[in-house]
Amino acid sequence: MGTHLPSTEFDGTAVDDQREADAEAVMGQPPAQMVQLLGPDGKLGFDPVFTEYAEKLTAEALRGLYADMAAIRRFDIEATALQRQGQLALWVPLTGQEAAQIGSGRASQPQDYIFPTYREHGVALTRNVDLAELLRQFRGVSNGGWNPQDTNFHLYTLVLAAQTLHAVGYAMGIQRDQKLAAAEAPGQGKESAGKEAAVIAYFGDGASSEGDVHESMVFASSYNAPVVFFCQNNHWAISVPTNVQTRVPLSNRAKGYGFPGIRVDGNDVIAVHAVTEWALEHARQGKGPVLIEAFTYRVGAHTTADDPTKYRQSAEEDAWRAKDPLLRLEKYLRSEGLADDGFFAKVKSDGDELAAYVRRTTHDLETPDIRSAFANTYAEAHPLVAEELAWFEEYSAGFAGGEEPAGQAGKAGH
Amino acid sequence: MTTMTIAKAINEGLRATLGRNPKSLLMGEDIGPLGGVYRVTDGLIGEFGPDRVVDTPLAESGIIGTAIGLALRGYRPVCEIQFDGFVFPGFNQITTQLAKMHARSNGNLTVPVVIRIPYGGGIGSVEHHSESPEALFAHTAGLRIITPSNAHDAYWMVQQAVDCQDPVIIFEPKRRYWLKGEVDVTAPGVADDPFKAHILRSGTDATVVAYGPLVPVALAAANAAEEDGRSVEVIDLRSISPLDFDTVTASVQKTGRLIVAHEAPTFGGIGGEIAARISERAFHSLEAPVIRVGGFHMPYPVAKVEEDYLPDIDRILEALDRSLSY
Repeated sequence: MGTHLPSTEFDGTAVDDQREADAEAVMGQPPAQMVQLLGPDGKLGFDPVFTEYAEKLTAEALRGLYADMAAIRRFDIEATALQRQGQLALWVPLTGQEAAQIGSGRASQPQDYIFPTYREHGVALTRNVDLAELLRQFRGVSNGGWNPQDTNFHLYTLVLAAQTLHAVGYAMGIQRDQKLAAAEAPGQGKESAGKEAAVIAYFGDGASSEGDVHESMVFASSYNAPVVFFCQNNHWAISVPTNVQTRVPLSNRAKGYGFPGIRVDGNDVIAVHAVTEWALEHARQGKGPVLIEAFTYRVGAHTTADDPTKYRQSAEEDAWRAKDPLLRLEKYLRSEGLADDGFFAKVKSDGDELAAYVRRTTHDLETPDIRSAFANTYAEAHPLVAEELAWFEEYSAGFAGGEEPAGQAGKAGH
Repeated sequence: MTTMTIAKAINEGLRATLGRNPKSLLMGEDIGPLGGVYRVTDGLIGEFGPDRVVDTPLAESGIIGTAIGLALRGYRPVCEIQFDGFVFPGFNQITTQLAKMHARSNGNLTVPVVIRIPYGGGIGSVEHHSESPEALFAHTAGLRIITPSNAHDAYWMVQQAVDCQDPVIIFEPKRRYWLKGEVDVTAPGVADDPFKAHILRSGTDATVVAYGPLVPVALAAANAAEEDGRSVEVIDLRSISPLDFDTVTASVQKTGRLIVAHEAPTFGGIGGEIAARISERAFHSLEAPVIRVGGFHMPYPVAKVEEDYLPDIDRILEALDRSLSY
């Protein structure tokens, strides 16, 4: 524990050993090669590479990481409640994955671009996405909800792993931007070559089986694209455990593509932050992609439509609750005298305020007019869309003044 | 005016685009030093370098998916899919991501990706090399689909596709790649709108609508019919989505009879869509049912019998006879 080997240096553990390690992992035992700095006991360990990165975190930054994790957990509880009350059609809870998301999101810089799956509410928070906007999709009033150009946080993608390719393409665009900038301002050095930026592609252990993940890693490797693949291994793809997706630690797959793969304790926000910061630097410096496997656990259901009691034991959930990402950071902050009761009380009241804001704004989220769907199907004028909209307007006008719709439909027949 | 083949016209159109727009780039399998299996990108990598003419890994989903990412970053990728039957590994990216991104973002994002697909049969090739899958894409809102039938259109339409803010699929009639024609590289002229149908031949007795590889067949059928004293109007659709129903409707209102010809199977095809629309728009002008000439409901057959599958002059004339007999 506490040490790691990026997969480029991985010495090729026998396959059986890897299977054993993974089997252990599924049972809840961390495997040998996993970066961990802050253990469940709240004690800070040492890592030859990543301690240096962890030490950059000031007391204020550590308190910030805790506050973010607490806020998004409170938000998650509120959103689940809103779904139960019928205010949301569906909710995708993240509880248990706060450290993986806040740690990685806070390691990114504003010029980086993030491609999430559909569970990255914590990352959204770190990118200043209005959390009320995030609920639009789940209330059925938008298929997106925010403008990614404002935050460099892309829209949620529901088709598994499709976004990993978008991330690599975006990273290929960054590479070309730098070359174009250098060509336009030769001799002015790196400063004029545009801000160095990288991309993060999030996906899960289930999606790791999708072909698009493979293709994205092939493309990223071939073109040395500045992209960090951030896999949250939360152990369950709805009802199917990770060992159906893979027989080796997912981070080991990077070796096959020729770039570093690192497994990090996904419930250790300090280690996640350090590893992600290292990986983003690596990418921004033109050294190519990195795969991070954040070893974590989805404590709750896949979605509010799911029932985990049908496929897993509550003892497993309890074992992971003991590794809670918030508890261990709280222990550390208290034992080091970095935060007091007043801080934690403030975090709690801020969380309640956020919950109240989300509750209020969710009720107020405006139902869109279907005319916006006509308007946004194409960017340029399209005669069929125009024709169907005109018909719809005429048809709708038939109901004006509360007239009975019967008969109008036949008369207007399209 | 310059005489060139359709393949050369696309090559020149791409060269003009790459020269004009530094954010445009080509991506595909074997499009670099080889110049593509049909040599459509011949010589371009030497002129514009490997960052602008990108030989990709052999992965169609990867090509389309990374093109989407490049477009989100402000680039104008032009993807080459090697053959029609090989587009399907990229079908998910095209239909669930490319087509929907603009709508999903409530209009905030545009993904101006161009996908070039050589399509159609008649080249005596093996399985998956002769298909016409345009209807599968036409059914997906958010995509635009065009198909040039001559060199002048090809030269301009490929450039217009790159300039379009929406995703555009160009179905290129591969068996006509070597068909020569006059190209005015100074101005598009009548080809200024890639989404408008063109009346190639005026007539009064019946209208034949075709696109892509069947346009020369339709013209030849019309010439043959003329010898029998029948005046046939021929429309080159050029765009499949959007479809220029106004031009087809006006023609049918004049002639009263309509035949639609395409290589794709008739069932669930573009011909059926045209027949339905025209029956709504020009019912009282129709002297006969709209007749479709197309492929059978079977996987594209083996090369040795493809002549029995592909619509030819006689099949269009037979349809014309049936139409005129009402």
